[in-house]
Amino acid sequence: MRKSMMALLAGLLVAGAAEAQTIRWAASGDPNTMDPHSQNVGTVTMVTQQIYDALISRTADLAPTPGLALSWTQVEPTRWRFVLRQGVRFHEGETFTADDVVFSIGRALAPTSNYGIFVDTVERAEKIDDFTVDVVTKIPDPILPNKFASVYMMSRSWSERVGATRPQNTRNREEMATVRQANGTGAFRLTVREPDVRTVLTRNPNWYGWQETVAGLAPGNVNEIVFRPVSADATRVAALLSGEVDFVLDPPLQDLTRLRAAPGVRVLEGPEVRTIFLAFDTFRDELVYSNVRGRNPFRDLRVRQALYHAIDITAIQRTTMRGQSVPTGTLFPAQVNGYVAAEDVRLPFDAARARALLTEAGYPNGFEITLDCSNNRYINDEQICQAIAAMWSRVGVRTSLNAMPLAPFFAKIQRDDTSVYMLGWGVPTLDALYSFQSLVATRNGAQGDGIWNYGRYSNPAMDALIGRMKTEAGPARQATIAEALRLYRDDVPHIPLHHQMIPWAMRSNISIPHAANNQPYFRWARVN
Amino acid sequence: MLAKFFDSDLWYSFTRNPVTIVSAVVALVLILGAVLAPLIAPHNPFDLASLQLMDAFKPPAWDPEGEAIYPLGTDDQGRDMLSAIMYGARVSLLVGISAVLFSTSLGVLVGLTAGYAGGTVDALLMRIADIQLTFPSILVALLIDGVVRAALPREVHNDIALYVVIFAIGISNWPQFARTVRGSTLVERNKEYVQAARIIGISAPKIVYSHVLPNVMGPVLVIATLNLGFAVLAEATLSFLGVGVPPTQPSLGTLIRIGNDFLFSGEWWITIFPGVALVLLVLSVNLLGDWLRDALNPRLR
Amino acid sequence: MFAFIVSRVLQALPVMLVVAFISFAMFAYVGDPIAIMLGQDFTEAQRATLVRDLGLDQPFFVQFLKFVGNAVQGEFGLSYRLGRPVSDLIIERAPATLELALVAAFLALAIGVPMGVYTGLYRNSWLSRFFLTFSLIGVSLPTFLIGILLILIFAVWLGWLPSFGRGDVTRLGWWSTGLLTWTGLKALILPAITLGLFQMTVIMRLLRAEMLEVLRTDYIKFARARGLTDRAINFGHALKNTLVPVITVAGLQLGAIIAFAIVTETVFQWPGMGLLFIQSVGAADIPVMAAYLMLISAVFVTINLVVDLLYFAVDPRLRIGGGGH
Repeated sequence: MRKSMMALLAGLLVAGAAEAQTIRWAASGDPNTMDPHSQNVGTVTMVTQQIYDALISRTADLAPTPGLALSWTQVEPTRWRFVLRQGVRFHEGETFTADDVVFSIGRALAPTSNYGIFVDTVERAEKIDDFTVDVVTKIPDPILPNKFASVYMMSRSWSERVGATRPQNTRNREEMATVRQANGTGAFRLTVREPDVRTVLTRNPNWYGWQETVAGLAPGNVNEIVFRPVSADATRVAALLSGEVDFVLDPPLQDLTRLRAAPGVRVLEGPEVRTIFLAFDTFRDELVYSNVRGRNPFRDLRVRQALYHAIDITAIQRTTMRGQSVPTGTLFPAQVNGYVAAEDVRLPFDAARARALLTEAGYPNGFEITLDCSNNRYINDEQICQAIAAMWSRVGVRTSLNAMPLAPFFAKIQRDDTSVYMLGWGVPTLDALYSFQSLVATRNGAQGDGIWNYGRYSNPAMDALIGRMKTEAGPARQATIAEALRLYRDDVPHIPLHHQMIPWAMRSNISIPHAANNQPYFRWARVN
Repeated sequence: MLAKFFDSDLWYSFTRNPVTIVSAVVALVLILGAVLAPLIAPHNPFDLASLQLMDAFKPPAWDPEGEAIYPLGTDDQGRDMLSAIMYGARVSLLVGISAVLFSTSLGVLVGLTAGYAGGTVDALLMRIADIQLTFPSILVALLIDGVVRAALPREVHNDIALYVVIFAIGISNWPQFARTVRGSTLVERNKEYVQAARIIGISAPKIVYSHVLPNVMGPVLVIATLNLGFAVLAEATLSFLGVGVPPTQPSLGTLIRIGNDFLFSGEWWITIFPGVALVLLVLSVNLLGDWLRDALNPRLR
Repeated sequence: MFAFIVSRVLQALPVMLVVAFISFAMFAYVGDPIAIMLGQDFTEAQRATLVRDLGLDQPFFVQFLKFVGNAVQGEFGLSYRLGRPVSDLIIERAPATLELALVAAFLALAIGVPMGVYTGLYRNSWLSRFFLTFSLIGVSLPTFLIGILLILIFAVWLGWLPSFGRGDVTRLGWWSTGLLTWTGLKALILPAITLGLFQMTVIMRLLRAEMLEVLRTDYIKFARARGLTDRAINFGHALKNTLVPVITVAGLQLGAIIAFAIVTETVFQWPGMGLLFIQSVGAADIPVMAAYLMLISAVFVTINLVVDLLYFAVDPRLRIGGGGH
């Protein structure tokens, strides 16, 4: 009797200790699927990356590091060879082999996949033996490993068993298993999934990474992660302050001062690989949302420069962003391969110069314009746009703001139904090409080229440089990127504003490395 | 006319009630501030070219960091809060009063018609009123706003959004008026003087207009006053949910929604001042409505 | 009686059809689910396939007819945002909203009725004045402001009650309840007060007015003359007579509570249908929004019907007139 009491007590103590290593985590958005190839958005990957591994992992500094592949080499210009890790098991018990890799790459290539850009050059994947896979590309692809860090590996037999051999897509009348179930090889396994309410992940004790220290990061001690979406800013902050949650991925900027001062709460700050910019319609002969008739003022470089000069980025950084931004004059931040500090120079804030340039361009009295903005996508997006509307109005370009939730906003700009808009661009591959290709290449229907270039900026010189970026390697490629960055700066297709900072707030007993892709890597988190 | 008013029971009951006097004064100050905003507001918060972002988040003037030119501080874009509240109250009152006028006119018209005509017309109209009454105003407003948003391009929608909100709030409150007026009309209709008027051949609209209508105005006035408070609150709630008046014409509700983000961050004045203005406005109007109801209802004296 | 019910049900049908049309039309052209479903990278071909598969390229009325046909069978398709059947989502969320609404309604009645009776009986006492002032403030404060203030005081400053969510829930078949766990009960308090406060003041003021009216009627005076005790008069006669309008209003207010739950659920992140609706609006998730509006309308029409029947049962005059007022 006494013995069993003791056992019970010991059990309770152990349970209590385990309880202490739970992280209750909140963010504004809930992942809308658990499928690792269905939705390429941060709210989904922030959960799926805890469950699934890719062939190549990233450290908290985003440097590539062995994941499910131990090594990768470009054996031929169009052939990459991956040597796989052995003895890895999926959460449901299946052994991880080359078949799973071939299957997963094929799945990411499927028409319903949203991860096409990470496998855009892939011709096919070939199994060499049980633990060696070759990836054959259509063109030489020097940055394939960067892309493959975002392609998660699923179990072929499990996917076939649950009927999820292609990425989940809502077009079917039946619900797909991968919406709510997951079976990866990662550090955590999915145990409870209640959309919009609660997602619980528990530690996978068999994960290979628990024995490794990567780039100075020791494995963490978290046993359980309970994620709850809390979309209202004030409520999310209140929950952290009152101790109902331990970790908030996206605390509102205005509350940082209070959070820093609050006892038991800690704020971790760091940059994100995401650049906010304004883009012009430089295509039409007459703007849709302006009072200028018969010509398009944005086709005149002087007008673009004038609007650039009119922006007081310091005021935006200090007031609207509360210091949580890095003002920039270029297309992507320093973490991205190809960044050139010498090209990261803004046109200075100079209202007089702006007015002079407008007069020179033939608009001494300015003109009217509508600025399209999202109001729930980027940090303080609507407030930034309000501030810019006021700044442009002061130099005579009377700006009305059209701020919308992301759904109608994206729909509108994707119809090219805009004259000038604000956008934020993240670079998951951490390579310059991703930004150049999507944002400033002439849209030509080819996969990737200009698909987010809604001002339809087109410059043959830029297109030529982007073409070279796709196949070149080494110093030649770097020179090409530098040239393209110079052209970007001179031709002002965009007005770059800043790179976002992404503060994370947590209870002081939690430590976790900050990552610039806004992904909390709980595998390296500790609860003290 | 004025002399007659000051001599009336109503005025007597007004002067006897200190709460009522205070509410009347508060309401008057708020309404005057709103109506005269373009003339007396220290700044025009909606002239974009006059905004200085570096002046954002200034606390009220009495705070050491405050500035005298911004008595109640500034918001996240450097707008003067006092001016923003005055202009915001203007929009709130415009929506509230217009919505009440709309529901009053519609309700009185339906009530008179139903009460005077009787029979099938009466049954049908009251049935519609019943159904309308079951749908809460907020849902009706969401529905109407959604339909209009869907039907019109955004630019057009921004121009007419104000009228849509007025219509949406107004349409959900008319049954109250209709029921009251119908009841009174039924009573009046059977009185001898109305019967007599009918016999000597006076047309129905004329009888209703000159005999029935004046007798139902008392209760209508009470309901209208009480409804004004509801209408202003309904507008604030819609704006809080983000489907109210367009952001280019911020109402008190919009100001509270914007300020709500800053509630925990120490910049309390951005949400508290518009909130206080809204509560004071609605409270004083409601107190006046209560008093009016008691004063006009002799049975309760 | 039977004919009365049938006629009322028949009247409800066109209402539902109109709501169906509005709720469909409302969202048919708002937002663009395609943009959300495709995410950051896609090709034109992927886009076209998706439009075709979702039936978004068909004429408005074809889409509408399909919508009504499916709706009758409780089939609202798959949520664009969550990729799950809308009916499942609604069934999952319904218990949270209904529990919140019923507890709020209960609070409103349990506190509003005694306050109303008291203020009606002792209309000049200081406590009555306090109740009246309190009720006026309740009517004058917007729901969302009350919620935010309650969170600030009880969650952030005092740390007594949770600021969001439902706490731990217990599953009873398809129903999930927060009433059986301590955290669940604690989580219910602030949202229920926020949601119920307005209705509480409405009921209190209504009951007070009714009491005042009834206490002036001849038969109360007559009862007094007969020498009945105050207690018998107040509760046996007066209160009983005020209950018919109170039941009516309380019934109708239940609809309002469910509608206003949208605001409360947004503030408290309460995982109910209202929150689902608002989140769906942000994501242009048409099937969910349409289903929610249809369902809520059905609830209102049902409440209306029940109230009518109650009237019919309580008020003998209606039985002779057969529907007139």
